[in-house]
This record gives sequence, structure tokens and C-alpha cells, in this order.
Amino acid sequence: MKLTESLSFRNVKGRPARSAVLLILTVIMTAAVVCGIMTVSSLRAGLGALEARLGADIMVVPASAVSKKNFENIVLQGSMGYFYMDSSYYDKVAEREGIEKVSPQLFLASASAGCCSVPLQIIGYDPETDFTVSPWIKKSAGGTLGDYDVVVGNDLSVFVGGTITFYGVECKVAAKLDKTGTDLDTAVYTNMNTIKKLIASSIEMGMNDFRDIDPDHSVSCILIKVADGYPVDEVLNDLNLHVRRTKSFRTKDMISGVSDSLSGVSVMIGVLMCAVIILGIVILFLAFTMSVNERKKEFAVLRITGASRKKLSGIVMSEALIIALSGGVIGTAVALLIMLPFNGIIEESIGLPFLMPDALMIAVMCAAALAVSAACGAAAAAYSARRISRIDTGVILRGDN
Amino acid sequence: MRIASKGITKEFIRSSKGTNRLVAVAPADLEIAEGKLTLLMGRSGSGKSTLLNMLAGLLTPTSGTLTYDGSDIYAMNDDALSLFRCEHIGVIPQGQTAVHSLNVLENICLSYMIYPGNESREAVRSRAETLMKKLGIAELENAMPSELSGGELRRMAIARAMIREPDIIFADEPTCDLDDENTLIVLDILKEAAQSGTSVFMVTHEKDAENFADISLEMSSGTLSES
Ligand SMILES: Nc1ncnc2c1ncn2[C@@H]1O[C@H](COP(=O)(O)OP(=O)(O)O)[C@@H](O)[C@H]1O
Ligand SMILES: [Mg+2]
Repeated sequence: MKLTESLSFRNVKGRPARSAVLLILTVIMTAAVVCGIMTVSSLRAGLGALEARLGADIMVVPASAVSKKNFENIVLQGSMGYFYMDSSYYDKVAEREGIEKVSPQLFLASASAGCCSVPLQIIGYDPETDFTVSPWIKKSAGGTLGDYDVVVGNDLSVFVGGTITFYGVECKVAAKLDKTGTDLDTAVYTNMNTIKKLIASSIEMGMNDFRDIDPDHSVSCILIKVADGYPVDEVLNDLNLHVRRTKSFRTKDMISGVSDSLSGVSVMIGVLMCAVIILGIVILFLAFTMSVNERKKEFAVLRITGASRKKLSGIVMSEALIIALSGGVIGTAVALLIMLPFNGIIEESIGLPFLMPDALMIAVMCAAALAVSAACGAAAAAYSARRISRIDTGVILRGDN
Repeated sequence: MRIASKGITKEFIRSSKGTNRLVAVAPADLEIAEGKLTLLMGRSGSGKSTLLNMLAGLLTPTSGTLTYDGSDIYAMNDDALSLFRCEHIGVIPQGQTAVHSLNVLENICLSYMIYPGNESREAVRSRAETLMKKLGIAELENAMPSELSGGELRRMAIARAMIREPDIIFADEPTCDLDDENTLIVLDILKEAAQSGTSVFMVTHEKDAENFADISLEMSSGTLSES
């Protein structure tokens, strides 16, 4: 005899089929909430990282790049396209007014490297003038970046101090960058001299992909930090007007496209989440109403054995909470099992910067989802609880004959 | 415990406009004899159950007072009255009344799930076992209510009403759907309870029950009289 086990718990256990259905429902509900908020916050974080990572106020690319489809990818995914302009533009840009910092980058692709299964980007940059890559170095071997030294994105599984081979050229990993949640996480940065050697080696190996690129006289983009006191828009207009055959973008505007599609996706996820929650509450509401109605007589029996009206509602509420909380715990676990191992796939299918929150944030979100699940259970059962507390014992027990 | 009602009345409103009032129980003065089996007979619809429910603290009277040892129980709040009922009043309702997620033993000890009290679990259990033995359902301890016959369920309900050794047991037609053998068993048990000092107030149709009764009352169209 287990008098200490609560009556609500026994009632939940005593109707396994009904409880299982309701449990599955709350599992789905909570899992949807956890996945939803994790996805939205990952997208937010990804956007924030991309914004910070771009670091520059203005990006200058060849005018011809704008029409290319791959330009879109730069904006959306931080992946680089392949377009080039003469490096003399660098000087032209640098001598305009209102420019504090300016640094060129050269985009190169590598189909494969010694380390990695994914195609990765090789980006030539100028460590002397750079102001967009260095701030994101997470771990560095120290010293200045010399020839054959590379800075790698967070997703490359190589250690700082290790080596990585491109086109038969062995490079030393001098530093690793923070995660951004974009294709930049598989990028490799190196100085222009090293790029030159890589190109030479690739041609030697019979790969002619880069034959047309003259690394001494080519850049893919020029990054600009506007000097204090100069409105970014004015500098932008000035560049677009006076540096011909290039197109200058305000990085914020490039991001605005991302943030537009991000808010679109967020709204969609939010709507779906609300729909699942509302549907869940409605089904739970119907289920609790039916189940309590069905058991009116049992509640009348509890009443004659001494249960107060408060106690009757308490029993109904705890039944709901037992289901909502256990469903919530399982649902949270299910969501984590989906989100943690598969966030790469999710990231790919959404095609937006995606940066998972840290463990503490995830814990907070799970707690919030549990609270939502409990609140839904409570809301769905409140009506039944109230109704059963007004039970008219006499009427119910008469109704038999 | 002295249980007395003074002018206790119940009216039901029959139509939605509230114009058609039904007097289910006309003002009734009654004192339930201590340690006796009181029988309440009467035709169906005469107000027996309504009176019983009011006396058992389950139905608030339209007017009049009900006192247990001098205190007006309908003046208590719901929590206090519920606890009072739990500790002092046993009710055997009409029909089948089991909590289906609990087994027979747990059903019998139901009131301890609601108010555990300060008795040891062993004491409660051994009293439940004694009761079950007396009622002939000792082997059913772990059975679920759905596996029981009508007579067994009724005996379970009797044990549930008696487990806290109440001062009074109210039984509403406890034999109405039972065969002769089970009827006799139930009447015997209630008689024995009365003889051991518990007041018993029983509503019944059973003519034979009069042989067991110490006091017989009759109800007719809401009016109580001694027969
Ligand atoms: N909750 C109620 N609402 C309206 N009428 C009721 C209610 N309960 C009982 N009655 C009426 O009161 C009368 C007495 O009912 P009841 O006490 O159950 O009779 P008995 O138990 O003697 O058969 C009946 O006419 C019944 O219809
Ligand atoms: Mg009746």
C-alpha cells in the first residue's frame, strides 16, 4: 500500500493510454519550443557575429562582381566569390577622403586540403593593414604572421602549431579564429606572399585554375574603416562616384538583407511555435475536460471521504503538471538530441549565419521551455480544476438510479 | 456524538426562471440516536437521499441548522468541514463508487491518501485487513475495482466508510442492487457496527431491513415522520 504516493500520480499511471497520448503531445510541444528558440537565437547570434566580423564599414568590390550570383553568398553566408580587380584600385580608394583604415583581400578557392572534407576558402590578406581578421583570433602561436603561416577558421580541425597542406605546400597554423556560424568558419587566411606561392605551386601541379590571377596586381575586395567624423554614407557616395568600375557597399546594408531574411525566418518559426502551443493547449484542454467529466463520480467519492474543494482542484492541477513537466523534460531532451548533433544540417538548410548559444544559454532556454510546458498544462487544466471544485456531490451520487 | 437537525429544509429550483420551487425536504427536526441503527424508508423521490446528504454534511440546507455535538457544521468553511467529515462521518453512497486507478486496499484507505493523519501506516493497514476479513473480501486486497462484483464493490465501499472508525455512518440504499445473500451480509455488518457504538443512518427500500433497525423513520413527499 503506497499511501504516500499522490493520488494524482496514481491517476496518471492508472490510465496509461490516455497519459501516453498527452505525454507525447507535451513532448512535441516542448521540443518545438526548444528547437524554435534555439534556432532563432542561433540565427540572431550568427547575424551579430557576421556583423561584428565584417568589421569594416564599407566593402569595395569590382563592379562586375555585383551581377554574379556568388556575390549573394558573401552577403548571406560570408562565403567568398571569385572576382578580381587590379590592385591599383587599392591606392585609388586609399587616397579618398575620410578613410581611416583600408585593407585588401584576395579570394582563392581550394577544392580540398590535407585536413578537410569541405571545400575551403583561401583568403589572402595583408597582416600589416588588416583590421578585420586579427581581432577575431582566438588562439595564436604568437609572433607575427610570416610566409607559410595561416590563420584558420574555427571549423577546421587543425591545431594551432600544426600544419596544413594546400597544393603540396605545407603551411603552419599560426592562429585560429572565433566561430561565426558562417562559411568564414572554414576559411583560411594567409599573407599575399604565401598566396603567390600557392598559386605557383598549383600551376606547377597542373591545375590551371588560377593561371589568370596575378597575385601581385590583383585584389578581390577592399575593406574600409571610415574615419571618425565622416558619415559613412558620404564616404560611400564619394567612392561610388570617384572610383570607377567598382561598387562600394555599406556592410550594414549587406547585413540588412540577412537580417531581413532572418526576421522572416524568425517570424515563421515564431508563428509555427505559437501554433503548436495553441494546438497543444486546445487538445490538452479537451483531454482534461473529458477526463475530469468522465471521473466526476470518482471525485464525488473523494469528496465524501473528506477531500476539500481545494484538494479536488489540486488533484486535477497536479495531474496536469505531472504530465506537462515530464513531457517537458522529455521534450527538452529530444530537442537537444536534435539540435546539438544536427545543427550543422540545420544551418545548411536554412542558409543563414547560425551560431549556437553557449551551454548556459541553452540551459536557460530549456528551463524557459519547461516553464512554458508547465504553464500550458496549468492553463489547459485550470477550467477543469475550477469546475470540479464546484462539484455537487449529492447530484452526482444520486444520478445512478 | 450527538447529531441533531432543527428545521432543516431543502428546496430545489426547478425552472430556469426560478418560479417553480420544489420542496425536497420539508422542515425536519431529527436527532440521530447514538449507537443505534436508524432506518429511513419511503418512496422513490420522497427526499430520502437529499436529507441524508444534508445530514452527512454534503449538501447545504436551504434553511435550518445541523449540529454535531452542538456545533453547527454548515457554519464551518469548506476545509474545516471536509476534515470534519473525513474524521467523523462515513458515507456509503448509492451505486458503484470506486476510484479505478487504485486497488481495493487503496480504495479502502482512500481517506488516508487525502488526510494522512498521524496514525502509523501499519496500524491503518492492519485495521483495513481486519475490516476486509470481516466483510469477506480479504483475498481481494490487491484486486482492481474493475475485477469485482457488485456485492464486493459495495463491501469495499462499506470498509472505506468505516476505516477511520467514524462516529456515524450514512448509507444510501446500500443493498438496492444486491442479491439476498449479499443483502444479508451488508445488513449484518451495519447492525454490528451499530452494536459496537457507531451510529448508523440507513436509507433503504428493503422491507427486511426493518428487522435489523432500532429506529424506523418514514419519508413521504419530503415530510419526515416516525413509522
Ligand atoms: N439537485 C437537484 N435539483 C433538482 N431537483 C432535485 C435535485 N436533487 C433531488 N431533486 C429532487 O428532489 C426530490 C427528492 O429526491 P431524492 O432525495 O433523491 O429522493 P429519494 O432519494 O427519496 O429517491 C426528487 O423529486 C428529485 O427530483
Ligand atoms: Mg435516493
